[in-house]
Amino acid sequence: MSSAPDTSATAMPKNYLNEKITVSSWLLTLDHKRIAILYLVSLLAFFLIGGLAALVFRVELMTPEADVLRSETYNKFFTTHGIVMIFFFLIPSIPAVLGNFLVPVMIGARDFAFPKINLASWYVFMFGGVLALIATIAGGVETGWTFYTPYSTMYANSNVILAVCGAFIAGFSSIMTGLNFIVTIHKMRAPGLTWFRLPLFIWAMYATALVILLGTPVVAITLVMIFVERAFGFGIFDPALGGDPILFQHLFWFYSHPAVYIMILPAMGVVSELISCFSKRRLYGYRVIVFSSLAIAVIGFFVWGHHMFVSSQSTFAGLTFSFLTFFVAVPTALKMLNWIMTLHKGSVSLASPMLYAFGFLGLFVIGGLTGLFLSTLATDIHLHDTYFVVAHFHYVMVGGGVMGFLGGLHFWWPKITGRMYPEGLAIFAAIVIFIGFNLTFFPQFQLGVHGMPRRYHVYPEEFQVLHIASSTGAMVLGFGYLIMGAYLIWSLKFGKIAGKNPWNARGLEWETDSPPPTHNFHETPVVRHPVYAYEYASETSNEPDVQSEKGHV
Amino acid sequence: MDHPVVPVKTYLTIFGALMVLTALTVWVAFIDFGHGLLNDTVAMSIAVLKALLVLVIFMHLKYSAKILWLIAGSSVIWMIIMIGLTLTDYRSREWIESQAHRAIPWASNPPIEQAAPAADDGHH
Amino acid sequence: MSDSRPSYLAHHFDHLEQQKQSATLGIWLFLITEVMFFGGLFLGYIVYRGLYPEAWHLGSGKLDIALGATNTVVLIFSSLTMALAVRSAQVGNRKGCAHYLLATIILGSMFLGIKAIEYSHKFFPGPDSHYFLIPGKNFSLASPYADQVQIFFSFYFTMTGMHAIHMIIGIGILIWLYVKALKGSYHEHYYNPVEVTGLYWHFVDIVWIFLFPLLYLIGRH
Repeated sequence: MSSAPDTSATAMPKNYLNEKITVSSWLLTLDHKRIAILYLVSLLAFFLIGGLAALVFRVELMTPEADVLRSETYNKFFTTHGIVMIFFFLIPSIPAVLGNFLVPVMIGARDFAFPKINLASWYVFMFGGVLALIATIAGGVETGWTFYTPYSTMYANSNVILAVCGAFIAGFSSIMTGLNFIVTIHKMRAPGLTWFRLPLFIWAMYATALVILLGTPVVAITLVMIFVERAFGFGIFDPALGGDPILFQHLFWFYSHPAVYIMILPAMGVVSELISCFSKRRLYGYRVIVFSSLAIAVIGFFVWGHHMFVSSQSTFAGLTFSFLTFFVAVPTALKMLNWIMTLHKGSVSLASPMLYAFGFLGLFVIGGLTGLFLSTLATDIHLHDTYFVVAHFHYVMVGGGVMGFLGGLHFWWPKITGRMYPEGLAIFAAIVIFIGFNLTFFPQFQLGVHGMPRRYHVYPEEFQVLHIASSTGAMVLGFGYLIMGAYLIWSLKFGKIAGKNPWNARGLEWETDSPPPTHNFHETPVVRHPVYAYEYASETSNEPDVQSEKGHV
Repeated sequence: MDHPVVPVKTYLTIFGALMVLTALTVWVAFIDFGHGLLNDTVAMSIAVLKALLVLVIFMHLKYSAKILWLIAGSSVIWMIIMIGLTLTDYRSREWIESQAHRAIPWASNPPIEQAAPAADDGHH
Repeated sequence: MSDSRPSYLAHHFDHLEQQKQSATLGIWLFLITEVMFFGGLFLGYIVYRGLYPEAWHLGSGKLDIALGATNTVVLIFSSLTMALAVRSAQVGNRKGCAHYLLATIILGSMFLGIKAIEYSHKFFPGPDSHYFLIPGKNFSLASPYADQVQIFFSFYFTMTGMHAIHMIIGIGILIWLYVKALKGSYHEHYYNPVEVTGLYWHFVDIVWIFLFPLLYLIGRH
């Protein structure tokens, strides 16, 4: 920052950002990179809304009595937090922002196979998001993000229909994105880019897209059933007629458990890229990681019943689902081991994106291991619907998903915007976020084990200390996000010009300009090396090569 | 992936077969095979056969790349996963209760199929 | 290559074959999602039918087999005309393509018309019938299984309703295709939209092939 960079827009060569700058050129763009930016801005807005809702109820939870919110309002706040964060931030986060931006660039294509569908997906997403927000503003929804029947269909006096429509419509947007990913990865790879030369981020996107395509339609039809039951009075889950609310849970979790992998697989892909780049090493066990991603995508569909251990599904089904759930741990652990093996003997540098990758490794291990407590039928009966569960899935969703998203955002920020953010501040923010996160959610494990149930705003006094710790952590966490937002916005105008390959990374996205030209490459790239070929010199790298081992093409 | 032009005659033959199968499925629905399950099996077999004819000829699967077979197959497999694991729950709900019955040898053990609706009426 | 680039090849594809394969792959992936979408309803159907077989037979008995079978014939016939529309485009018969598309539209509309008649019989059961089969507060049927029969009819209306919505969307797309086909937009080098719509249309047909025996034909023996 000391050497005043040339910050005028004309200094940048022609690229996707400055080619046309009218509003309509953004709103009607078919360029996947601009659509990614549209998604980024809207997702950050949703993240802000969901985060603020969480802050409000964390403030309420600082005292054992109800002094800020009444019980009904409290329910509405945590429902808003859940619906917004899951359907409108976490599920689309990495695929729709980083995936949209990177998939064509990483495989050397000019765009997605269906650019119009891609743009449509953003409009559909926004339509769903606006409906959900209207539901929130016009009185709120208090069912929790799971819309369990019969409460949601028969008793809730709130805007369930609007919120259900919002989630239903947002589902179409992720189907469109997933479909585009798979077709593009199949049909539009650059010459020489064979399947096993694909970056692991692409493989993660591929696996995610499979889950999206196979799972999302089921939740769509489930929400349709809620809709017809609530709006038209059709008896589908109504126990008075002999309907079975457990059937709703089966249908709902058939999607919503795999949805966890829609949120975490992309983050795993990002972390693979980060670890390889900042260890300056080809990933250890590349193929194992590829197949473990696919395995997670498949096994994820066999385990949904572990959300229903205490729901009065049959004991035998509980046993079966508990048993099957343990299998998810295998591919996940394999990934973890391979990442650690990559770090071992790598020349590791602690740049800010890598801090998020390390954050991911630690937090996701905690999230994953506490998952084993919950997938064990016997322990789950004690821990079910307590803060232990809340802490567990936040360690996975935030410690895994959001850390991956932020790491990826920092890693590819120079590629997306063409400018660097201030590294010192970024490291500071990463540390604040890490501390804030742990301070928020680690005490919740304690709370849960001691029996504090989730979704209550009034609690016995002995829980207050831990709740205060948690609320303080939430504020630290929010502060960390604010710093990050501030320097990222600052860097848009004042950041150092990044150059093609600021991290000396490998991969097609680093061979093109930063920001890339409208059609990504000046000429179609040809791939001659295996993936993560740190043993070969990159044409765009700024530094001499670390290793000069020979390799085979 | 090349899509050869299918002769009109093939399409007409398949259409004829679908018509015959439609008539057949209506006809056998009125025949009592002795057990309801048998009627269902016949009806579903005919439906699957009809669906296959549409898939393979009308939808050109016969002339398509392997990947499309894989896609079509995977949707069926995922249906089976969803239905199979859900039925794992429904089919095993009475297990514990009926074992309790058997613990008392002189208690009459009602057939599970018939007991199911009555038992479910009450407690859902 | 750039000088011979036809207008119907989108800018981001290298050649027509790539564009065609992408379109086919895309629609098949979309059809997976459709299978799973209807799959949720079939799952509900199977679970409840397992729990309440008598109610299911009772409900099925209230449906009109003649109309259902007629609709099956109409829909399969429309699949035939759709397949012939694709074939006409493939061999470059632009006029034939348009005509077959029109035939498909007419047959599809006939299906919806018959469906509407069936629905109206449920909504207006006639003065001498002692039941009302629309699920909801007014549902009435003199039977100990009336409540469960109501669930059957909830599924009947949701399943056929979802199917009808797919038909309506399909007819909308077909009308758009028909207008373009009249202008001769589809020919041996470019017929992706017709083919893709055809695949969708056949899929909707397949859904009905399963709905017909499951809803109309159970417990008739």
